Amino acid sequence: MKRRPLTWRKLTNQFVKIFSTAAVLLAVGAMLWILYTVACYGFRSMNLSFFMTPTMPYGAVRGGIANALLGSVMITFGAAVLAVPPALCAGIFLAEYKDWKTVSNILRFSANVMMGIPSVLVGLFAYIILVLPTGNFSGFAASVALAIIMFPVIMRTTEDMLGMVPDALRESALALGMTRTRATLCIVCLSARKGLLTGILLSLSRVSGETAPLLFTALFSDGWPKNYFTGPTANMPVLITEYSTNSPFEVMHQAGWGAALVVTVLVLVINLSTRIIFREKKT
Amino acid sequence: MFRYDTAFKWFCLICAGLVGVLMLGFFIQLFISSFSAWREFGLPFLWSREWDPVNDKYGALPSIVGTLSTTVIALVIALPLAFSAALYLVDARPIVGEVLSHSIDLLAAIPSVIYGMWGLFVLAPLMQRYVQPFLSDTLGLGRFSLIGTEFNGFGILTAGLILSIMILPYICAIMRDVFRMTPPMLRESAYGVGCTKWETARDIVLRYGIRGILGGVFIGLGRALGETMAVLFVIGNIMEMPSSIFSGSATIASTLANHFAEAQGLQRSALFALGLVLLVMSFGIQVLAQYYLHATGAKRGEAKG
Repeated sequence: MKRRPLTWRKLTNQFVKIFSTAAVLLAVGAMLWILYTVACYGFRSMNLSFFMTPTMPYGAVRGGIANALLGSVMITFGAAVLAVPPALCAGIFLAEYKDWKTVSNILRFSANVMMGIPSVLVGLFAYIILVLPTGNFSGFAASVALAIIMFPVIMRTTEDMLGMVPDALRESALALGMTRTRATLCIVCLSARKGLLTGILLSLSRVSGETAPLLFTALFSDGWPKNYFTGPTANMPVLITEYSTNSPFEVMHQAGWGAALVVTVLVLVINLSTRIIFREKKT
Repeated sequence: MFRYDTAFKWFCLICAGLVGVLMLGFFIQLFISSFSAWREFGLPFLWSREWDPVNDKYGALPSIVGTLSTTVIALVIALPLAFSAALYLVDARPIVGEVLSHSIDLLAAIPSVIYGMWGLFVLAPLMQRYVQPFLSDTLGLGRFSLIGTEFNGFGILTAGLILSIMILPYICAIMRDVFRMTPPMLRESAYGVGCTKWETARDIVLRYGIRGILGGVFIGLGRALGETMAVLFVIGNIMEMPSSIFSGSATIASTLANHFAEAQGLQRSALFALGLVLLVMSFGIQVLAQYYLHATGAKRGEAKG
C-alpha cells in the first residue's frame, strides 16, 4: 500500500475543510447578493401608483404593473385549477392502487422524466396544441402550459405523502365498511392534507416565476387582462423580460426591477411560509 | 356501490395516464411540427453550421455547441462546490446545517428571470471590467484560442457561471440525501481505522453513494441544458460557431425564445426541430438520472429494512 505521511494527510484534510466552508459561503453569498440587488434596485420604484396603474406603451413615463400583476395571478390560478384535481387523482392512483404494478411504474417513471423536461419545450407544446389551432395567443394557453409543468410535481408529492399514511388507518376504514373510494378520500387524503397542501403550494411558487412558457403562450399586452381566453394577457415575467432586454429607457429598466422585486417577494413568501408552517409534517 | 368504486379507480387511472399521454404528445407534436425542416435538411441539420434566415438555410450545430459548452462550464464549476458544500452541511451542527441547507434551497426557488436580470445588470459588467481582463491579460491566457482576447462581458463563460449558481442547489440537495444514506457503521469504521474526514468522504461515502451522486449530476445537467431565461439574458444570442469561451453564442433554449416570435415557415419548422433535439437530449439525461437515482432508492429501502 502507498504510504502517505501524516502531515500531508492532515493538510489535505484542512484544505478540504476550508474549501467546503468556502463553497457553502459562496452559495449562500450568491443567494444574498442576488436578493440584495433585486431589493436595492426594486425598492426605488415601490409606491402605491406603481401597483395601481397599468403598463404604458414604450416611452410613456408613468406606467405601473397593475395589469401584469392581475394577469399573472389569473394565469397561475387558472393553472392551479386545471392541474390540481387530476394531479391529486393521479397521485392517488400511484399510491393506493397497487394491483397494476407495471402501469404504475411506467407512469411514475414518465412523471419523473416530465419533471425534468425544460419549461421552454412545454411552452412550445402549448403553442402547438392551443395557439396554432385557435390562431391567437391567450392567457388560457399559458395556464395550460403551467398546469403541464405542475402536474407531475403534484402527482409525485401526492404519492409520497399518501405513502406516509400508516396502513392501519386504511384497514380500519375498510373494516368499518367504507368503500375504497370513501376510505381514500375521507380518511387517507384527509390525514395527509398538510403534505398535499405543501406540495401544491411549492409547485405553485415554482410555477409563478416561470417565464419561458409564457413567451410562447400569453405574450404581453398593455391593457387589462380582459380577454383571458382569446387574447394576449399581460403578466409579470414577460414584463420583466421585455423591460430589461428590449428597452433603451432607464424608466423601464427601473419598472422592470420593481416587477422583479414583486415577483421574487411573492415567490419567496409562498415558498418560505409553506416550508415553515408545514415543517413538522415533512420529517 | 362497488360500481362507483371501480369508476373512481378508472378515473384515477385516466388522470395518471395523462402524464404518459403528455410525454408521448411532446414527441409526436414536435416531430409533426418540425417535419418540413427534417424533410428539407435531413439529418445533416444536426451538424450544419449555417443559420441564415435570408437564404432559408438552417443548421443546429451552433446552438448545440452553445448548449453543450455552457452546460459543461456550469457542471465543472458547480460539481466540486456542490460536493464539498454537501459534505460540510451533513457534518455541520444540526441548527447551522439546517439553516444553511434551507438558504441554499432558496437559490432553487428564485425565478430564473431574476437570475437573468442579475446577470445582465450585475454580473456581465463585472465580468467585462474585472474577470475577463484578468483571465485574458493578467494571467496571459488570452494566447490560447480557447480563451481569446475579445470580450464584452456577455458570452458562454458568463452564461455558464450563472447556470452553475442555478444548478448548484439541485445537485447539493441530492448529494446531501446520498451522504446521509451512508450507514453510520461504515463511517465510524473508517474513522476507527484512522481515516481523516476527507479520506472517509472520498473512500467511503463517495464510493457508497456513487450512483446517487451520478443521478444528482444528471439532474443538474438536465436543468442546465434546458434553462432558458437566465441564459437568454447574458449569452449574446449570436447564431455563429463560438470561437472562444468569451464569445457570444446561443443555446437551443435561448434560440427558441429569441427567434420564435418573428419566425415564419421553414425557420419556424427549423426551430421546432431544434426543440425536438433538446427534448431528445433532456429525455435521455432524465432517463439516466432516474436509472441511477432509482438504484439508490432501492438501496435505501434495503438499508432501512
